[in-house]
Amino acid sequence: MTPAAPAPRAAAAGPARLAVRDLTFAYGARRVLEGVSFEVRPAEILGFLGPNGAGKSTLFAILAGLLPAGGGEIRLDGERLDPRSRALRARMGVVFQEPSLDAKLSARENLLLGAALFRVPRAEAETRAAALLEAAGLADRGGEAAGKLSGGMRRRLELARALVHRPEVLLLDEPTSGLDAAAFRRTWEAIEGQRRANGLTAILTTHRPDEAERCDRLAILSHGRIVAMGAPAALRSAVAGDVVLVEADDPGPLAAGIAGRFAVETRAVPGGVAIVRERGHELIPRLVEAFPRGRFRSVSVRRPTLADAFLHLTGEALAEETPAGGASPGAVAEATPPSVGSSASTVRP
Amino acid sequence: MTGAGYDLAAVGVLWRRDLLRFFRQPSRLVGALGQPILFWAVIGSGMASTFRMPGTELGYLQYFYPGVVLMVVLFAAIFTTLSVIEDRHAGFLQAVLAGPASRGAVAAGKVAGSASVALSQAALFLLLAPLAGFPFLSVNWPLLLSALSLAAIGLAALGFSVAWLVDNVQGFHAIQMTVLVPLWVVSGAMFPASREHPVFSVIMRLNPVAYAVSATRLALAGPGAPGALPGSAARDLLVLALFAAAMLSIAVLVARRGGTR
Repeated sequence: MTPAAPAPRAAAAGPARLAVRDLTFAYGARRVLEGVSFEVRPAEILGFLGPNGAGKSTLFAILAGLLPAGGGEIRLDGERLDPRSRALRARMGVVFQEPSLDAKLSARENLLLGAALFRVPRAEAETRAAALLEAAGLADRGGEAAGKLSGGMRRRLELARALVHRPEVLLLDEPTSGLDAAAFRRTWEAIEGQRRANGLTAILTTHRPDEAERCDRLAILSHGRIVAMGAPAALRSAVAGDVVLVEADDPGPLAAGIAGRFAVETRAVPGGVAIVRERGHELIPRLVEAFPRGRFRSVSVRRPTLADAFLHLTGEALAEETPAGGASPGAVAEATPPSVGSSASTVRP
Repeated sequence: MTGAGYDLAAVGVLWRRDLLRFFRQPSRLVGALGQPILFWAVIGSGMASTFRMPGTELGYLQYFYPGVVLMVVLFAAIFTTLSVIEDRHAGFLQAVLAGPASRGAVAAGKVAGSASVALSQAALFLLLAPLAGFPFLSVNWPLLLSALSLAAIGLAALGFSVAWLVDNVQGFHAIQMTVLVPLWVVSGAMFPASREHPVFSVIMRLNPVAYAVSATRLALAGPGAPGALPGSAARDLLVLALFAAAMLSIAVLVARRGGTR
C-alpha cells in the first residue's frame, strides 16, 4: 500500500526510532485509545490525522510523558521506557498546541531556560540558541520579548525551544493551528529544514488535510483506533474517481434530487453537495442540463483530497467541509497546495 | 544524568524565571511599593485617633507597620502562584512539565520563585521602616529575614496547592478571600488580641501568620515589642519552620498526584 517515497523522505526499511505497541487509555468508562500501534523511522515525519475527539490529544499527551497510559509499551531506539519516566521525557521534544513560551522573557531567554531544564551546559546552550534563532529566521529578534513576536514567529520559536536539547523524537500537537497561509508555509519550512540538516524525526497530530499532505506517512485515527496507515498519495488513491461538487443553498433536497435522477451516491456538505464518481467531468453537463437555471450556483470537479480519503476510510467527516474542497474554513483553504484541491473545471449554470 | 540533577535544574529555571519577570516589569515594582504604602497610610491614619494600646504610647502607624509587611508577603505569594492556573495549560509550565524534572520539583521551583518575589516586595516596603519608627540599625535583620522567608515559603506553597487543586481563577479568588485573607486579618496584624475575646486569642494562636507577625514585631522593635505573642522569637521561628515544611510537603504531594490536564 505504501509506494516508494521520493527523496529526501525516509527510507521504509531500517530499525524504528520509536515503536509503540497496543497503547490504550480510558477516561473512566470511556475508552479513548484502543490498542494504538505504530513505528516511526529515523528522519521520518509521521502524521496522525483525525477530527477533534479521535484521541489525538490523548495520544500526544501519553507520548509526551504527561499522561500515564492505561496499557501498552513504548520503545525508543529499541529500549523499552516507562511512559511516565523522566527517561522518556528527557529524550522527547514537545511543541504544544497552546503557547508554552514565557511572553515576558526574550526569545533567547526562552531558549536558554528551555535548555537549562534539560541540563544543557550554559556555553553549549548559548551556541545552540544562536543557531536555532538563525534557523527560525529570528536571528535579529533574539532580544525581543516573545510576546511581541508575530504568531508565526512564536510558533517557530516554540519549535526551536523544543529542539534545544536535541530530542530523538519531536512531538507536535496541531503545529500550525490558527496560523495564516504564509506562517503555515514558514513553519513547515522550519520543520523540513531541521529534518534535512539534523535528520529530525517527528510525530504530529493534525486535522488539516493540507498539513497531512506534508507528512511522509499518515495514520488515520478514528475513535481511538488507527484505521489506515500509509503515504498521503496512497491514502488519497483509496478514493476511486473524482469528487464533483455542486454549490447550492439547499444541499439536503438537492442531494436527494441528484441521487434520484442519476443513481449516484451523494452527500450534503455545508454549502453544497458532493458526489464521488469515476470520470466525474462527464456528470457535469448532465447535471447542468437536468436542473433549472439558478437551482445551484456552480459545479466543479476535483481530485480527491485527504479529507475525502478520511471520509471514505472512516465514514465520518474530518471537519466541516466547504464546497471549495478545503476541509476547514478560512486561511486553511488558502494554504491548500495546488496539487491537492485543484479544480479541473468549473461551469456556472 | 541523575533525576536529582534534573530536579535541581527545574527549580533553578522556575526560580530565575519568576525573578526575571518581576524585576523586568516596572509596573509590578511600582505596585509592589505603592499598594502597601497606600494601605498603611490610609488605614493607619484612619485608625490612629481611635487606636490605643493599653500601657503604651504606641501610635497606630507604628503598630500597623509590621502587619503591612506581612500583608505584602501574603499577597505577593498568592498572586505569583495564581499564575500557575493558566501557566500549566497554556504557558511556560507546560514545557517544564514535559521536561525531565519530577512534578515535585516543579512545585518546589514555583514556590521558590513566588517566595523570592514576595521577599523582594517586602524588602522594598521595608525601606520605609525608619519612617515607621524602626531605624535600620536597631532592626534584628537575621530574625526578620528568617521569619519572612519561612512565612513566604509556607504561604507560597499554600497558594500553589490551592491553585493546582482548584484549577480555575474564580475558584482561586473565592478561596483567597475566604481563607487566605482572613488568615492575615486574625493574625494580630491590624489589631491585637484582647482579654475580652478569648476565642479570638485561641484562633490567633492556631494561625501561623500570627507567629510571622509576632516575629516581625520582635525583629523590628526588639524584645517585648508591643503586640507580639507572649513567648520567644525562637518559638515563633519554630512554628513558622513547621508551617513552611508542612505546606511545601503538601504542595509537592498535590503536584505529584494523578496526571496533568
